[in-house]
Amino acid sequence: MAHRTGGWRVRRRRLIAPVIGAALLAITLAAVSSAASSAKPAKSSAANAQIVVGLITKTDTNPFFVKMKEGANKAAKAAGAKLLTAAGKFDGDNASQVTAIENMVTAGAKGILITPSNTKAIVPAITKARAAGVVVIALDTATDPQSATDALFATNNYKAGVLIGEYAKAKFGNKPAKIATLDLSPSRVTVDVGRHNGFLFGFGNTKAIAKATNFVSDSKIVCSQDAQGDQAKGQTAMENCLQKSPDINLLYTINEPTALGAYTALKNAGKEKQVTIVSVDGGCTGVRGVKAGKIAATSQQYPLKMASLGVAAVVKYAKTGAKPHGYTDTGVTLITNKPVKGVPSKGVAFGLANCWG
Amino acid sequence: MVNLSNQTITATDEVPPLEAGPSLIRRTLGTSGVGPTLALVLVCAFFAVKTDRFLTGTNLSLVLQQTIEVGTLAIGQTLIILTAGIDLSCGAVMALGSIVMTKLAVNSGVSPVLAIVLGIAACVGFGVLNGTLVTSIKLPAFIVTLGTLNIAFALTHIYSGEATITGVPSEMTYLGNTFRIGGTGITYASIVMLALFALVWFALTQSSTGRHVYALGDNPEAVRLAGVHVQRLLIGVYATAGLIYGIAAFLLVARTQVGDPAAGQTDNLDSITAVVLGGTSLFGGRGSVIATLIGALIVGIIRNGLTLLGVDAIYQVLITGILVILAVATDQLTRGRHA
Repeated sequence: MAHRTGGWRVRRRRLIAPVIGAALLAITLAAVSSAASSAKPAKSSAANAQIVVGLITKTDTNPFFVKMKEGANKAAKAAGAKLLTAAGKFDGDNASQVTAIENMVTAGAKGILITPSNTKAIVPAITKARAAGVVVIALDTATDPQSATDALFATNNYKAGVLIGEYAKAKFGNKPAKIATLDLSPSRVTVDVGRHNGFLFGFGNTKAIAKATNFVSDSKIVCSQDAQGDQAKGQTAMENCLQKSPDINLLYTINEPTALGAYTALKNAGKEKQVTIVSVDGGCTGVRGVKAGKIAATSQQYPLKMASLGVAAVVKYAKTGAKPHGYTDTGVTLITNKPVKGVPSKGVAFGLANCWG
Repeated sequence: MVNLSNQTITATDEVPPLEAGPSLIRRTLGTSGVGPTLALVLVCAFFAVKTDRFLTGTNLSLVLQQTIEVGTLAIGQTLIILTAGIDLSCGAVMALGSIVMTKLAVNSGVSPVLAIVLGIAACVGFGVLNGTLVTSIKLPAFIVTLGTLNIAFALTHIYSGEATITGVPSEMTYLGNTFRIGGTGITYASIVMLALFALVWFALTQSSTGRHVYALGDNPEAVRLAGVHVQRLLIGVYATAGLIYGIAAFLLVARTQVGDPAAGQTDNLDSITAVVLGGTSLFGGRGSVIATLIGALIVGIIRNGLTLLGVDAIYQVLITGILVILAVATDQLTRGRHA
């Protein structure tokens, strides 16, 4: 107990460390903040008249969202608006997105653009923000229900699927197909269902209509796995599919990282030539995969456009009071180096000029 | 070093003597709480100067609301860390509790109150499981809770079928409502969290069991020799933590109005961060639960303030990382003087 009775000198010594720590914190905070705010000159006190737009993405790391941020930044700069950004810590992180919405409303945002991580769970927070007079636009992914936001700016994922399905059909003709699908996750969000069913519809399954809310069955599918859109998981999933059905000759993947992972599995098994891979996204790595002949065709979507249209809509709302509404298709283009008859497509050069990541 | 009679175990200087002692702050927070308090004041002052939107009742109430999830979990985490343990399962257990209560009420037609009780009971069950494994098989808490983290995570996803549960009955979201104090809306859930902090602080500092919890982290052998049933006490600590996670689940449902199977995935590390920022020692026996609240608030305020300034939220992660290192370094420096 010596330290308890040691008196002032000991107590003072024990106080020194926390005080130094706090001082270091102050310096850090000031440094980080000034570094960050020098990059973004707008200060909130001087920006009372400036339109504030919020952008909330699923994560910070996916190149798709990086491109989205770039589009929003450009559009905000052009309109003289101030852009606030935030992201979840992982795909599916609802709490961080709720917090970001609340903070942006407090920061005086006129409108918030969001790619919802959890399409249902985010709805109460969006409803609150809209009740506070903030216009909310979903980018890329619709909320459930879609009417929870003022508007949706997104790729038509079903159409993206139909394009690669039609491409594969034209390529296969009457050749019997043994299809593997590498999908997103068991929760079967709209992106997952839309692309998968669209692909099947394009390939000739008339039951796979756009309105279906879950995967439709198809006798040509010999293996289906969820790979979370992840390259490593795509490789593992394809390895398992090949164990199950070595004669797979057509592969649909939810996105290009999954496709490239699957390609590695196919190559390791010496089967990369027997399988036609089609995918969706149009990221630069993916388009290079098309160029290298790993992926036969991919449907390219345009995150930059979603964000820039979103910012423009918020600016318009702030200036005129006119709210955006309904669904705006931000477009999708089939990218391939081996075009087929009857399916419109563009070459790799176009794909690379418009890719993201 | 340690007086072995049951009434006077004060194995650590963090438990203030009951007679008149140091200032109120030091008595509430312990010496290691001085740094976090200073940090909190500095952070608040910084944002107050930078933006006039920060220091408003509405905004501060918002930060408090945003702290509910991690803050409440961090109460249980503090209890466990004080015994020199750690709990990686807290966020997953909370997610399980929130899915159990919402799914029972929405899909199975169980009455909301019973569903809440069962959801909290599931969390207590995991607490007892953690405590039993730690004490009876003598496995490190890190390993035990790494296991139960995965078990709770899997059960959550199996039971929910990966589906978010909406249409939660109003009894479950009642605490998400606000009452007004002079124009500022404060949610009941914030008050419940603050009350929990106060209650646990009181129990830790003013009861002999609370003192045993501190002593357990400092010198379990001495506690055993003092005639305390160490195993029972430790299981009690984990069970209490489970109960608190259950309450956190209830507060989370009230705040978000849904049962979200993906909730809480980073809450284990986030709650440990709050505890560490509060200056509680990961080696056990030293710290204060009120300082944990300050730790949780610091993280919430930095996130909120940076958003108000228009700075990307990723800088909040950067600053939090630096703060954790500072806090642990401070603990290590002050600890060195004990020898």
